[in-house]
Amino acid sequence: MKKALAVLMALAMASSLLAGCGASASSASTAAPASSTASSQAAPAEGKVLRVYCWNEEFKSRVEAYYPDYNKDTQMIGDTKVEWVITPNENNAYQNALDEALLKQSTAADDQKVDLFLIEADYALKYTSADAGVAMSVQDVGLTDADMADQFQYTRDVVTGEDGVQRGISWQGCPGVMLYRRDIAKDVFGTDDPAEIQKLVSDWDKFDAAAEKLSAKGYKMLPGFDDTYRVFSNNVSAPWVTDNKINVDPAITQWVEQTKEYTDKGYNEKGNLWSSEWSKGATDKAFCYFGPAWFIDYCLAGYTMETSEADGGKAELGNGTYGEWAACAGPQGYFWGGTWMCAAEGSDNTALIADMMKTMCCNADTATKLAKDVNEFANNKTAMKALAEDTSFGSNFLGGQNVYGAMYDSAEKIVMDKCTAYDQGLNESFQTAYHDYFNGTVDKDTAYANFIKTAQEKYPELKG
Amino acid sequence: MQATTAPAEKTVEPRLKRNRKSISYAKWGYYFIAPFFVVYAVFSLYPLLSTFYYSFFEYYRSGLKFIGPNFVGFENFKTLFANGDLVMYAKNTLIMWILGFIPQIVFSLLLAAWFTDVRLHIRGSGFFKTVIYMPNIIMASAFAMLFFTLFSDKGPINDIFISLGWMDAARPYQWLATTAGNRGLVAFMNFLMWYGNTTIMLMAAIMGVDPGLYEAAEIDGASSTKQFFSITLPLIRPILLYVVVTSMIGGIQMFDVPQILTNGKGLPDRTSMSLVMYLNNHLFSKNYGMAGAVSVVLFIIAAVLSFLVFRFNTRKEER
Repeated sequence: MKKALAVLMALAMASSLLAGCGASASSASTAAPASSTASSQAAPAEGKVLRVYCWNEEFKSRVEAYYPDYNKDTQMIGDTKVEWVITPNENNAYQNALDEALLKQSTAADDQKVDLFLIEADYALKYTSADAGVAMSVQDVGLTDADMADQFQYTRDVVTGEDGVQRGISWQGCPGVMLYRRDIAKDVFGTDDPAEIQKLVSDWDKFDAAAEKLSAKGYKMLPGFDDTYRVFSNNVSAPWVTDNKINVDPAITQWVEQTKEYTDKGYNEKGNLWSSEWSKGATDKAFCYFGPAWFIDYCLAGYTMETSEADGGKAELGNGTYGEWAACAGPQGYFWGGTWMCAAEGSDNTALIADMMKTMCCNADTATKLAKDVNEFANNKTAMKALAEDTSFGSNFLGGQNVYGAMYDSAEKIVMDKCTAYDQGLNESFQTAYHDYFNGTVDKDTAYANFIKTAQEKYPELKG
Repeated sequence: MQATTAPAEKTVEPRLKRNRKSISYAKWGYYFIAPFFVVYAVFSLYPLLSTFYYSFFEYYRSGLKFIGPNFVGFENFKTLFANGDLVMYAKNTLIMWILGFIPQIVFSLLLAAWFTDVRLHIRGSGFFKTVIYMPNIIMASAFAMLFFTLFSDKGPINDIFISLGWMDAARPYQWLATTAGNRGLVAFMNFLMWYGNTTIMLMAAIMGVDPGLYEAAEIDGASSTKQFFSITLPLIRPILLYVVVTSMIGGIQMFDVPQILTNGKGLPDRTSMSLVMYLNNHLFSKNYGMAGAVSVVLFIIAAVLSFLVFRFNTRKEER
């Protein structure tokens, strides 16, 4: 009897030990109280858990606001539980997390499978190629060409694999504009009219001249090193990588030269992208930021407020520099970012995903609402055209200016044919490596060598 | 355990002989220590051996596809040593460790000597012991994040310097963009985090010294400085050496502080990149071959140092 008890206790101890390991090995997934009940019910056609992989709260807030069936408090759509798995983007962390999950997709339990994941243009190809086999064709999900007829062509090209099959869809377009401070413009150039300012910055030589004028009055043209990077990197003549060889395009070299000059002459605030020095520029002395529609609403508007909304500040004129901004096209056209939804191969929620995609990305009403509520440039030509022509429509943040016309023209012109699967990692590594050069710590050759080192750590197959 | 249970068995044996031939309680000892060995084999030994194994392979992930594993012999090690990176990161690690360790040992010795000095008899030493140990309780990453904010270009530290007139407001010192600034901050943080720990250890060592020696020295008229250098230091040397070597092993594994402070980049010019950060970079991109090779090198260095500690301890007993 005693012996039996001892064995039992030893077993209990051992099993609790292993159970502990099991729980931690299956990764501390988000709490899913519904998942246990789901499997006990008679196999439903649709899964009871929708697992969404993304890198910030943006998509979540969009679903909360524009997908009416989503219940914010219970995180449920009907009787399907939505599980948000959020991993920050930097240093390929999001991609690594997503890769782990997708590689386990075929063996994972139904409720643990990725159902929906978000991707960016910088690495879209990695997931949308037929080779990868991780994203479902949107046709298979249940979307027709008619549903997507009103979308900007480039948003469809980005997520189309080499085999010509489209495997993702976006609710936004990301044509970039130059955003500048009206009060500084008036002080230095005597006008804040977007058409006039555009004339002063219509090419890079004029841009440099404007920077000099601003500097003479004690202002800084740019808040940081990386602001014009996208403008240059979207106008390259060749992709980052061809045949596993890294290729630094002349346009990117031009960014290096410009930024070095600006740093030495004190035309920028020496901020790294997303750092606090950089975002503080918006209430300090920085004249312009570069960004698309999402940047205005999701980032810049927040930076400009002296009292943040979390602290009870209001989005209105007088709170920091909110409302003191305007937009013009800038020296060159470009795009930045954008988020695409992909249905994961092996998902058991395709009907729900199809409905979400249709409601959020293919619906003109949603598109108009997105623009009016949060200044999003939505992926719907008819709706955006109508807004561009609506003279009564304007952004509070931009002092009533309607930028949709400029953005619409730019979106039509975007060509996404220089994309590679390596873009995000290489862009990040390149910027980081050259910050040392701008700060004067290393010379240009060392910066390049450091860039190649970091690039090869991220992608061992690449050659410098 | 066997030795202690054996006599007990003997006395019990005659009465139980009716039912069983013999009972060995020794096996229970093995049952109870088995979980450790199982856990060790699964979570430490197997990964260790597979690390060695994979260090000889080209094995990484490209996109969602795995490349390899293809056997490449010592190719990974050659790459590591050929470009000189590994030596540079080892040097970085060493510099950051020494910069932090020198003030750490000096302060700890001083504090330990003061706190244990009978004549000084510092009041509230329990309170001070707690306070100087405090920084060690803070999570290293939180601590690094705090310093990252404090020392940013427009952070509070620079603001203070500017308002005191020590710094030009137009050209604030970029702590996190200079080699000296970054290494200095890493060393300073490691110093702050560990001097309390070392102080406590050295105090224990000093209190172990025979008080009679100090009394005798005092009667002979030795100054307290003389006492410190001629009595305290020689007698606590074994513990001192132990402190140096354990700190060195900890130093080799330096990771969290520089990783968080430089956002994993070891800026500027990779001069604050420690060995383990380099390892982490390879692991992060799932390059198991190279990561394995770096780990093996680290393992060898740590093994040599551990062997040294072992030698100290055993030699002390012989004496």
